Amino acid sequence: MSTVSISTPAVTAPNSHGRRLFRKRLPAAMALLPTALVVLVVYIGCMVWTVRLSFTSSTLLPKLDWVGMTQYTRLFANDRFVTSAENIVIFGILFIAGCLILGFLLAVFIDQNVRAEGIFRTVFLYPYAMSFVVTGVAWQWFLNPGLGLQKVVRDLGFESFTFDWIVSQDMAIYTIVIAGLWHGSGLTMAILLAGLRGVDEDLWKAAKVDGIPTWRVYTSIVLPLLRPMVVTATVLLATGVVKLYDLVVAMTMGGPGIATEVPAKFVMDHLFERNNIALGTAAATIMLICVVSILAPWVYARYVRPQGRHA
Amino acid sequence: MSLKTRISAYTLAVAVVWSPGAFAQQMKAEVLHWWTSAGESAAVKVFADQFTKAGGTWVDNAIAGGANARTAGINRMVGGNPPTMMQFNTGKQFDELVSNDLLRDMESQAKAGKWRELMPKPIVDATVRNGKFYAVPVNIHGQNWLFYNTKVFADAGLEPPKTFPELIQSGEKLKAKGIIPIALGGQPNWEHNLFRAVLVGHGGADLFRKVYGSRDQAAAKSPKMKETVELFGKMRALVDPGSPGRNWNDATALVITNKAAMHFNGDWAKGEFLAAGQTPGKEYGCTLVGEGGGKLVIGGDVFVFPATKDKAMLATQDKLAEILLDPATQIAFNNKKGSIPVRMDVDVSSMDVCAQKSHAVLSDPANQVEAMELLSTPNFSGAMQDAVTQFWNNPNMSADAFIEKITAAMRDAS
Repeated sequence: MSTVSISTPAVTAPNSHGRRLFRKRLPAAMALLPTALVVLVVYIGCMVWTVRLSFTSSTLLPKLDWVGMTQYTRLFANDRFVTSAENIVIFGILFIAGCLILGFLLAVFIDQNVRAEGIFRTVFLYPYAMSFVVTGVAWQWFLNPGLGLQKVVRDLGFESFTFDWIVSQDMAIYTIVIAGLWHGSGLTMAILLAGLRGVDEDLWKAAKVDGIPTWRVYTSIVLPLLRPMVVTATVLLATGVVKLYDLVVAMTMGGPGIATEVPAKFVMDHLFERNNIALGTAAATIMLICVVSILAPWVYARYVRPQGRHA
Repeated sequence: MSLKTRISAYTLAVAVVWSPGAFAQQMKAEVLHWWTSAGESAAVKVFADQFTKAGGTWVDNAIAGGANARTAGINRMVGGNPPTMMQFNTGKQFDELVSNDLLRDMESQAKAGKWRELMPKPIVDATVRNGKFYAVPVNIHGQNWLFYNTKVFADAGLEPPKTFPELIQSGEKLKAKGIIPIALGGQPNWEHNLFRAVLVGHGGADLFRKVYGSRDQAAAKSPKMKETVELFGKMRALVDPGSPGRNWNDATALVITNKAAMHFNGDWAKGEFLAAGQTPGKEYGCTLVGEGGGKLVIGGDVFVFPATKDKAMLATQDKLAEILLDPATQIAFNNKKGSIPVRMDVDVSSMDVCAQKSHAVLSDPANQVEAMELLSTPNFSGAMQDAVTQFWNNPNMSADAFIEKITAAMRDAS
């Protein structure tokens, strides 16, 4: 995010100064007004509305009564929501960490001046160009024990080969992680590669003169330099975690059983299929609280504290 | 400009604005529905053609996916810009639209057309609120048919099962021969559909109504319920490992291609057999499993008419209601849709054997069991579905633990 500073004109007469400043800033304020309104009404307004509805007994249509914490008690007694919450934690950690590691390794690999770099870059980035729905369906077929990988390997003669994670209660969530990694690591690679290309050649030369091994240069010099890129990639991946829905719907429909349910799907199902707006909005509110509590320290550290120090 | 000219200019302007409304003899109907598959859109075209023939203009607003379509339609009604007519499933989906006065009651048409005498009672009950019809039912879908592959059964020297204990015995024999006994679309709603077929077949219509309708916790803890749940649990072994996540039509395809013997589904599955060039009674059969010949769980589709004060729209809605229930249109529509006519007085001899069987079973009111959608709120149905899918996919879960989940859902779900 960048701040646009409008240069103040040289002060001549204190009287006309205020008016001139106002005139100068008016167009900018006018230009920002629609966005500000959209943010206020659509984002903040809907958020407040959602939180308010979570304290009601609304079913198909919103109803503005007050039932206190009833919906939240129900929510945390609900097996499916608890499983969803556990799943999103598993997915979130493995997906973000996995994408960063894989993305970094791919970026380093491409940065070695490999031949036909363009082709590799395209191949690695290609999955990101596909929607989660396509990704989900493709992986569903690929992992289906009767159609995909397991069948192919068995047909090749390895009769005892078993890879049936997608139909197993305990392992199914990891197949979602695999599909997510396949989809997301290309983007991480692209972001980190751009960073790697920005590393000063002289640093490499200096490190070579000092006789530092290459891996050490990457971990101790390059990686710290890439911090802004890593942060960008993490933020982008984190939004993908919170809104995880279409991949699950396309791949497992939340199954087997409720093994791969995620909070966003819980919210969607209760809002639009089960006519239970109140429970759906309660789950959405919990998601909001989680996101805010993760985001707040970061926003504080990044935007609030430095300014405080300068002043 | 003098005052006089100004007034006349104003009147003229008003007249110009109003004239299309005032002189419109053209009936224009915007119809919102979610019949988007090949067979379904062919079926809805029957209505559209009849309406066009009657001089109307049919504006087809098909939105893929029931939930999406309902959300869109409800939002438009609440927002004051409703379609002329909108599809719902027979049952409770439109309850709150009625209680919020968003729907027009069709009682006068119903009285004139003697709907109460012509339609099965569960369908009437599911459409009437406060003594008035608030929707027009257009078809009846049976949800608990057993489709079986005749060749597979003949080769194994077995008869199609009549009860669930029999089904499990035959299933084990078929499995020993390397055939998938039951083809199941392993998604929560199809697992739940299978459970309901077992519940109504083995537990009986009464238990089914007590579980889904009155949420009777004592009934859920009864020995009969436990027996039913244990039978359902045993069926887990009759399904192939590739079942989880499978689409229902892929499950139907397993029966079509002789890989599987049996498949529980609604009569909409006939469309898949038909598309594969198979005829009911020949390559595949349809039967009801359960004690005493089996009951048919029925649901279907209705059209609701949003409340309006616009006279032209009211007239259009009257015409539409008339077309929907016309006997010839009913046969043509239901042949395409795979369901059976909602009027029990039409001649079904031109329909396929499964439809005829449906009609015959339903002529005895004791065999008519209202579908879950008619008995239970979407929220309770959803909670039951969560419980069923957990039990089905976790072979270690005991019948008692499952029943515990059911009674918890009965208590907590609104």
